Amino acid sequence: MSNDPAVHIMRSQLGRARGLGAAKSGLHHWWAQRITAIALLPLSLYFVISVIILDHATRQQVALYLGEPWNTVLYLSLIAAMFYHLVLGLQVVIEDYVHNETVKLATLLIVKGGVIFCALASAVSVLKLAL
Amino acid sequence: MKDVREALMVGRNTEGKLIRRPLSPFMIGSAYKPQLSSMTSIFHRITGVALGAGAVLLTLWLVSAASGDGPFSIVQAIFGSWIGLIILFGFTVALFYHFCNGIRHLAWDAGKGFDLPDMHRSGAYVIAATIILTVGFWAIALFLR
Repeated sequence: MSNDPAVHIMRSQLGRARGLGAAKSGLHHWWAQRITAIALLPLSLYFVISVIILDHATRQQVALYLGEPWNTVLYLSLIAAMFYHLVLGLQVVIEDYVHNETVKLATLLIVKGGVIFCALASAVSVLKLAL
Repeated sequence: MKDVREALMVGRNTEGKLIRRPLSPFMIGSAYKPQLSSMTSIFHRITGVALGAGAVLLTLWLVSAASGDGPFSIVQAIFGSWIGLIILFGFTVALFYHFCNGIRHLAWDAGKGFDLPDMHRSGAYVIAATIILTVGFWAIALFLR
């Protein structure tokens, strides 16, 4: 290795941590990821069953299925929990692997915007088919 | 040293030599041996990202169904083609794996199953359950409809 690292900063761990700012919303992120995960346990099983039911369905049959109030609500719940869980997970992956601050911020904004767009498009489509 | 946080990146390897700590994602292989624990962990992340792509496909399917018969028939034809079925098969593997390993993670969050033998056993259960659920799903989808 050409650049052998060495520590020559005479500071305590507390001194290093001071002034770096608050931990922000880490705890909320952790809880939200777990709660959406728990919600997705039954919702994803429901989704898998609905996929089998809707296998080879016509557009009219899909609309009829999603028009059942329980199916409308379950699909909207699935979309909310799934895309929320997805955006939290992708955020962690980006924060872990993208080390340049500018690129990280840009990637986070694009990915989060894209996920919110897909969530809205899915929810509006379900409502349009159902109502 | 320009950034004080760089100090946290210095560590010692097993021979006691000072090294710069390896940064993810290039640790498995160079710094760590591939093991059941690290493999189930990275596969959880990979399937999670893959399911993100699957969520985009679900969006496409719902939007096409809401748009009209034309767009819907195109999307259905793509999903029903052999390449579409291979992609959908991949998504079922990813979904069932992420589902089962997610339960494992929730158990860890509750402080259970951290002992190494328990962890290896639950990892093996996750792989077995993924195979059973995937095969079961496709058996129902292809033969019992």
